[in-house]
Amino acid sequence: MESLDFIHLTLSNGLYLFIVGFVGGLVSGFIGSGGAFVLTPAMMSLGVPGIVAVASNMCHKFPKAMVGAFKRAKYGQVDWKMGLIMGASAEAGVLLGAHYQELIKQHFGDAGSNLYVSVAFVVILGLVGGVVMRDTIKTYRSGMLEEEKPGRLAQWVQSIHIPGTMVYFPSIKTRISILFTIPLGFATGMLAATIAVGGFIGVPAQIYVLGMSSLMASATELVIAFVMGVGGTIKFAWSGYVDIRLAMIILAGSLFGIQLGAIGTTYVKPFMIKLVMGVIMLTVMVSRALVLPVYLSQLQWIPAMDSNTMTLLKNTSFFIMILALATGAGIIIVAILKGRRAQTNSLNMLKQAA
Amino acid sequence: MAHPTPTHSTTSYFKLIAWGGASLTMYAFLLFFEQPILALTSQGKWFFIFPVLIAFAFSIVHGNFTAEFWERLGFRANK
Repeated sequence: MESLDFIHLTLSNGLYLFIVGFVGGLVSGFIGSGGAFVLTPAMMSLGVPGIVAVASNMCHKFPKAMVGAFKRAKYGQVDWKMGLIMGASAEAGVLLGAHYQELIKQHFGDAGSNLYVSVAFVVILGLVGGVVMRDTIKTYRSGMLEEEKPGRLAQWVQSIHIPGTMVYFPSIKTRISILFTIPLGFATGMLAATIAVGGFIGVPAQIYVLGMSSLMASATELVIAFVMGVGGTIKFAWSGYVDIRLAMIILAGSLFGIQLGAIGTTYVKPFMIKLVMGVIMLTVMVSRALVLPVYLSQLQWIPAMDSNTMTLLKNTSFFIMILALATGAGIIIVAILKGRRAQTNSLNMLKQAA
Repeated sequence: MAHPTPTHSTTSYFKLIAWGGASLTMYAFLLFFEQPILALTSQGKWFFIFPVLIAFAFSIVHGNFTAEFWERLGFRANK
């Protein structure tokens, strides 16, 4: 086993990871995923080797997702059967995604691998984030914030009957073919292996393709993340890459966050889940689009850039990524506070009436 | 922040302190013995079981503490 240089932990970098973990956990507890993408670069900014950062992120992710899933299951928001079926196919997607990553790294080096990840971010988050945001705006304008009905695609999927493959899912109260859920889980895993957040495909897919509600989809995503996280942790720990100290410090913050995020889902209207997800996806897309020229330049596919410009673009990209997470967390906290205030007011009115 | 209908019983505070104490002890143990624990968890192969078990143990203990923490602060699910 090769010897790894694990970083020296100080109070300040421990606190930094705790806070990033808290914000990431808050977002994950609310939308089912989305907190992990900033943790790997956050650890790397402390000098943690890339592979150790990915491994430690994975090792904090599965216990966090497990706690979040149980918490939200208490509120009746989790479809365990859907989560486990999609989680199993996501695991296969993770393995293939990781294999592609290795192939790209072998052929094009670190710059090629970074370019591949950034293009995946920009294309997928741009497309899916755009759909989610459009739907959120449409829902807001319609004024029907409480109601969620399956769209045309979901209705079509639910109408298809393929003998021998039909499974009843409580979240949609009907039977659908697992020939639809398997590729969706697989794509979720592929994305998780590429950009660390499979939920950016998993949650919208469950809403728009399978016809689940935002609340159920975001909660069920935590089960998928748990299954993927266990498999990923075993894979990395088998090679000795997990820095358990880092993983547990991030977990310390993220468990505070995920509990609050899960509680938050009971105070907000369903469209808020889509709003937070859409805002984060589109902001992260901008962040990754900024660094595309850096990697293109390193591959010499465009004229060379000077190092100052590269550093500026990378730092700006990292800042926007943190901003994306902070914006999502801010929307969630405001929504929770508003929801609590409305609840307090209505309780006071009831007391007065009595 | 006060919840509209707080129910602070002695038992619930005891739970908070018990889970919090256990969580704090586990973190102190992890950081105090960081080198031998890192050596054990980064050996690879079948030793993968140690980081996985540690993660499960922390999630149960610290997870219960954080749940109690928000509960005592008055952040409960809206029913």
